[in-house]
Amino acid sequence: MAMKERLEQLKAEALQQIENSDALEKLNEVRINFLGKKGELTGVLKGMKDVAPEERPKVGQLVNETREQIEKVLEEAITKMERAAREAQMRAEVIDVTLPAKKNEVGHRHPNTIAMEEVERIFIGMGYEVVEGPEIETDYYNFEALNIPADHPAKDEQDTFYISGDFLLRTQTSGTQVHEMEKGKLPIRMIAPGRVFRSDEVDATHSPSFHQIEGLVIDKQITFADLKGTLAEFARELFGEETRVKFRPHHFNFTEPSAEMDVSCFKCGGKGCRFCKGSGWIEILGCGMVHPNVLKMSGIDPEAYSGFAFGMGLERIALLKYEIDDMRLLYENDVRFLRQF
Amino acid sequence: MNTSLSWIKAYVPELSCTDQEYADAMTLTGTKVETYARRDKNLEKIVIGQIQKIEKHPDADKLIVCQVDIGNEVIQIVTGAPNVKEGDKVPVVLDGGKVAGGHDGGPLPEDGIVIKAGKLRGVPSNGMMCSIEELGSSREMYPEAPELGIYIFPEDAQVGADAVEALGLRDTVFEYEITSNRVDCYSVLGVAREAAATFKKPFVAPQVEVKADSGKVEDYISVEVEDAELCPRYCARVCTNIKIAPSPKWMQLRLAASGIRPINNLVDITNYVMEEYGQPMHAFDLDMVAGHKIIVRRAKDGDVFQTLDGQMRNLDKDMLMICDADKEIGIAGIMGGENSKITDNVKTVLFEAATFNGANIRKSAKRLGLRTDASGIFEKGLDPRNAQAAIDRACQLIQELGCGEVVDGMVDVCVPLAELKKIRFDKNRINALLGTDVSEQEMKEIFERLELTLEKQEDGTEVLVIPSFRQDLEGIADIAEEVARFYGYDKIPMTLPNGEATTGKLPFKLRIEQKARDIAEYCGFSQGMCYSFESPKVFDKLLLSPEDKLRSAVTIANPLGEDFSIMRTISLNGMLTSLATNYNRRNKDVRLYELGNIYLPESLPLSKLPDERMQFTLGMYGNGDFFTMKGVVEEFFDSIGMHKKAVYDPKAGKNFLHPGRQANICYEGSIVGYLGEVHPEVCDNYDLKTKAYIAVLDMPEILPFASFDRKYVSLAKYPAVSRDISMVVPKEILAGEIEAMITQRGGKLLEDYKLFDIYEGSQIKKGFKSLAYSITFRAKDRTLEDADVTAVMKKILNGLEGMGIELRS
Repeated sequence: MAMKERLEQLKAEALQQIENSDALEKLNEVRINFLGKKGELTGVLKGMKDVAPEERPKVGQLVNETREQIEKVLEEAITKMERAAREAQMRAEVIDVTLPAKKNEVGHRHPNTIAMEEVERIFIGMGYEVVEGPEIETDYYNFEALNIPADHPAKDEQDTFYISGDFLLRTQTSGTQVHEMEKGKLPIRMIAPGRVFRSDEVDATHSPSFHQIEGLVIDKQITFADLKGTLAEFARELFGEETRVKFRPHHFNFTEPSAEMDVSCFKCGGKGCRFCKGSGWIEILGCGMVHPNVLKMSGIDPEAYSGFAFGMGLERIALLKYEIDDMRLLYENDVRFLRQF
Repeated sequence: MNTSLSWIKAYVPELSCTDQEYADAMTLTGTKVETYARRDKNLEKIVIGQIQKIEKHPDADKLIVCQVDIGNEVIQIVTGAPNVKEGDKVPVVLDGGKVAGGHDGGPLPEDGIVIKAGKLRGVPSNGMMCSIEELGSSREMYPEAPELGIYIFPEDAQVGADAVEALGLRDTVFEYEITSNRVDCYSVLGVAREAAATFKKPFVAPQVEVKADSGKVEDYISVEVEDAELCPRYCARVCTNIKIAPSPKWMQLRLAASGIRPINNLVDITNYVMEEYGQPMHAFDLDMVAGHKIIVRRAKDGDVFQTLDGQMRNLDKDMLMICDADKEIGIAGIMGGENSKITDNVKTVLFEAATFNGANIRKSAKRLGLRTDASGIFEKGLDPRNAQAAIDRACQLIQELGCGEVVDGMVDVCVPLAELKKIRFDKNRINALLGTDVSEQEMKEIFERLELTLEKQEDGTEVLVIPSFRQDLEGIADIAEEVARFYGYDKIPMTLPNGEATTGKLPFKLRIEQKARDIAEYCGFSQGMCYSFESPKVFDKLLLSPEDKLRSAVTIANPLGEDFSIMRTISLNGMLTSLATNYNRRNKDVRLYELGNIYLPESLPLSKLPDERMQFTLGMYGNGDFFTMKGVVEEFFDSIGMHKKAVYDPKAGKNFLHPGRQANICYEGSIVGYLGEVHPEVCDNYDLKTKAYIAVLDMPEILPFASFDRKYVSLAKYPAVSRDISMVVPKEILAGEIEAMITQRGGKLLEDYKLFDIYEGSQIKKGFKSLAYSITFRAKDRTLEDADVTAVMKKILNGLEGMGIELRS
């Protein structure tokens, strides 16, 4: 059975060569030498014509078995060698992961805008529409229609910038309430963010130009309880689920009853800290039920409809939330400041 | 407003609570307590002692050794005070006690100063005698205290007693924020009334009864009011035999706690009544009042008047004056005149308690630049009924203090007092507005505490009669607030509006602005905010021509200063200022954007609201150039659905930009903005010593082209064919013109083109540049044949040649 021996011998040779191969090329050579078209095993097959026909299937099987065995060992060797090569490469590719990051320098939103978008998001979620009003206004919309008649001392309290005639720089976003009510479409649920102006000298806590967000709801059977519930919900969304609110009586010409809302200090949780000046509470906004005179002037029947309004200073919220201690930073536009937001 | 709690308690005797409880409760019913301060803070173990013996210190010339009787023992105290003598009764702080401050009257240390027994130059000292400054107060408030040295008690002071109590310092001063509608609460009585209602305790108003001593007021004075509209009520009373002296300690202490310096009995009485009743009073020396006649009339334009502070004041015909038969003697409600000022020699006093038109006082004070305590109260509009109560109270105090004698009667010039207001009581309406279920019984209890009385009408309904001091109550909403305040804002439930559902939305304009912010930030720009008002000098800094329309800006009549006096008509000043700020603080590679309005008036002075135009302004220096900025603009356009090609017109004509590096940005034929490199001279004007680039997009022009609609275009199925062309182009021909030609001639098959090389220099003849484009063609429905592409290319090449462009290879 020389054929069988021959095959055994070939196999042993092949395995030996595989064993001795130290590079992929060499393994390739083994493949060509033994399994290729002109390889040894092919040679054996070519010698089949000399084998007796009845022996041929058996020999054929033997050849195939040998081929498979060699192939298997060869494949394993190749895989092993490839893996070793990849590992070697990766070892050479080790990097210092603590080297600096390569960042795509993105810009940053102004803290005012971040606070504004936050407030907008909350109220949009509650079904409010965002509206805008003019920054240069008439006396009527800024004062008179808000129940602040000519010669009212409240006008002086607001340190208005006047232009000429009836024109002035709005001192509050409350005028947007009137514009919205005059459209005659009820019910109303709106907020109006915007720039307002007051004649205050620039210092760490004052700016002649700042931002407010006004809110207004008009519908049938709106109550002070609705006002409280809505603003408490808002405060929890803005400052966290744990936030408590406190309403204190106050006075605004365009609302009655009026209130100021405090929130439990979001730095100390209400225990009292430097931030809330020890009181545990932070004053956040003014609000109240829309004054019947205001409704009437805007063409809404106060017997049929009621509503509430609120207004808050954006800067105040931004300064509080981000612990910014000087308002001037908001208008200097130093990128070292802006990049922190 | 500042008031001591002891003064409030004088009218609410049953009030009993801690300072904190008082502050919290008052705040919750609407009389907000801003702060409060105990006057005896850090005053511990201080008693009244009497100096029995004074000896010289054996080893120090400036020190003396005192034996001081402190009631139960005699202790030795060494002091350097120059003013004490044997027999004096003085405040003594004992070993281990505390005083509030040093004797220099400087700022008080937070924890006070502990006093310990010790030795002074070898002699034991077991305590310290105190100056008024060490007790945390001042000579302003204790005028009898010596300028230097130990405070000396009156002879009747009780040795061994609590010195702090004896000084009236066992008290707390509360500072209230009174809202402008509650004129009545700018008075101790008003606050006391609120306190009584808050704590459900009786309110005990002062009993005012004046038994006149002699005479009839009409024999002393007559009053004529020429302008009843500006002076609805003028009350006058006269006191004779005035003896000026210090007022009693209790009055001084109350005034001091309110921040009013005690002066003498007469002045203190007017101040006291103003605090107590909220009614400013004025005292004239009747002997200075010519003709013993008061005339209330308007001043004349151009009149000049000397007020009692010695200043000359320019008057006008809208200012109300108090005059005698010959001359003006006071500016009504604002300040008296130098010529009728009370001196220590006064014999007969004329008291005035009047009501003036609030708005008129406010405006006059403003024009005069003279806002006084009195005018600040008058301008709120006072209750005419209060004037009589106050003037009677003043006369009563004159008698009680032994300051003089009261003449019988009051001259009262008064328009008929308005009837008390009545408001219909409607329990359901109040509950409906508040969202509560407060019982009628509870409401009525609240009304009673507030002195609102109920009156049954003939039709069975009930009305509330509003006391005259509650000028703020006008309708049912005000009554609802009263109920809410005393029912408790905190007890009102929290609900959410139920009613028709509404959709929350952000309008399109604001969505586009949000997108602008997003894109700017993706591109590395941070958001700045700039003022809307600026200096008119800005136009020169930006090199605007004298005729430039942007120079006609809305002007603020009362600006904070010239630098904030005009409403901006161009957004660049803020941006360039911000860039310069960053540059000069050595910040590298700065990119900023701003979204803010400019204000363009149609005509000046304004006859209608100006056009407020939102500007999207970008600015940068450092890394990047003109084309970086152009890239940001196009990213923005892409993001808001502006997919057509923007056209850049170099003839933008902006003086503030580099003449060769500026362009108007045109979209579908509209100029929607501009961009460019900032003119070096403008950079100099802003102290910006680097190249800077800006882009300004006029959002109202952009909005009509913007859209969030998107339509899917199917992905290409057939391969594209590219051809590269290289050309030599006269320098003045713009790439944009070449691209327009490629687009026009490329027709439907043209998919894209890309400029991949641009060269100017020695290899190319002067006046020319070399450009190379890669042009891509594709058909939607088939694979392009060579012939298709060649035909189109030929058209393009012909077109280019027609422009004088030389094609290479």
